[in-house]
Amino acid sequence: MTDRRTNAESFEALAMPMFAPLYNFAHWLTQNREEAEDLVQETYLKALKGFVTFQQGSNFRAWMFRILRNTFLTSRSGLSAKMTVPLDLEEDLAALPVTPDTPESLLLTRANQKAVEAALERLPVAFREVILLCDMEEMSYQEIAETLGIPAGTVMSRLSRARKALRELIAAGSQGAAK
Amino acid sequence: MTCEWREKLDRYVDAELSGSELTEMEAHLRACPACAADALSRLQLKRMTEAAGRRYSPSPEFRRKIEKSVAAPERSRWLSWWLPTFAAAAAGALLLISVFLWTQHSRGEQTLGELADLHVATLASANPVDVVSTDRHTVKPWFQGKLPFSFNLPELQDSPFKLIGGRLAYLQQSPGAQLVFEVRKHRISVFIFQNRAELSGLNSGPSWLRKKLTFNGETWTEGGLRYFVVGDANPADVHALSELLKIAG
Repeated sequence: MTDRRTNAESFEALAMPMFAPLYNFAHWLTQNREEAEDLVQETYLKALKGFVTFQQGSNFRAWMFRILRNTFLTSRSGLSAKMTVPLDLEEDLAALPVTPDTPESLLLTRANQKAVEAALERLPVAFREVILLCDMEEMSYQEIAETLGIPAGTVMSRLSRARKALRELIAAGSQGAAK
Repeated sequence: MTCEWREKLDRYVDAELSGSELTEMEAHLRACPACAADALSRLQLKRMTEAAGRRYSPSPEFRRKIEKSVAAPERSRWLSWWLPTFAAAAAGALLLISVFLWTQHSRGEQTLGELADLHVATLASANPVDVVSTDRHTVKPWFQGKLPFSFNLPELQDSPFKLIGGRLAYLQQSPGAQLVFEVRKHRISVFIFQNRAELSGLNSGPSWLRKKLTFNGETWTEGGLRYFVVGDANPADVHALSELLKIAG
């Protein structure tokens, strides 16, 4: 009993500081407040239940985000999102040419936060999540790999492709606004 | 314009380069303006994404809900553990109290048996009392220094009762006074002891006392003393003597 109590107390201490980031991430995934709340609530309940199986010393943040993401993937909006995301070309992405001197990269400096938000919204979920985990949560490639359940090499290539798509969307948005 | 370093720029911006890779990259960026511009551009995007990403905040109500859901199952588990424990403890306590009361009860029966024996022994003895006197002013002082307490004796004038005398009695290793009265050829013993826990629980009705004593009897406590009136006189006489003693006490 004392162990279970200590267990729940340490879960609370570890999990509650992650509440706001998890909610933000959930809202980005679902694009809906109610769904995000449901998702976070389910995540916490699952995590509390499964906390005994959590390996002490392993990455708790990655564990929590993985539970949230897996819960999202099996939700209705998650299932529809997954179907619309093409992930099959990732392995070819290492060869993708990066062209930073193109006009869209210059436009970026003028892009405001609203434009980036809009671009993130339009980004496929699989790209959105990898960018948010890396840039917003400042997770290492290894943490992202643990969260998404993919190899670190795939994280790198997916991130590269996601950023390219994001740049294009920002550029398209800025051009659309200029017209 | 491509550069072999380009593919490492994301890792550089994401702080994934370390050791010699990082040193070499930094040296290259100082030498290659194109790569430096690219790195800056990627860093800008990263910073903008970071800022734009922090967009949604949970409501305070939702936070409270989650805090409760994280803490609540623990509390209920705490309760689910404590309730049976508490119930078991309560049942245990109840059992102890029952055993205690039963023990007290049987001790009380034992006490009454002892008193009946003392009364019978007094009746059978050739010298039933150690202080022979009908005068309460003689009998009472006789006990002084022999008992750790004092008591009052009733005025018996105009009553059918006659004081025969008194003696020391021991009940469960404690000293007390035994006073012998006579009423219509019947002898009644009055026992006075300091009241103790073992003697409480004896406040039962005369019929129960009669059954246990095989004599008529009454018992009560007053001023920290326990009185027993035991005899084969009729219940009315036993009661009358008891009332006289109560008035005197």
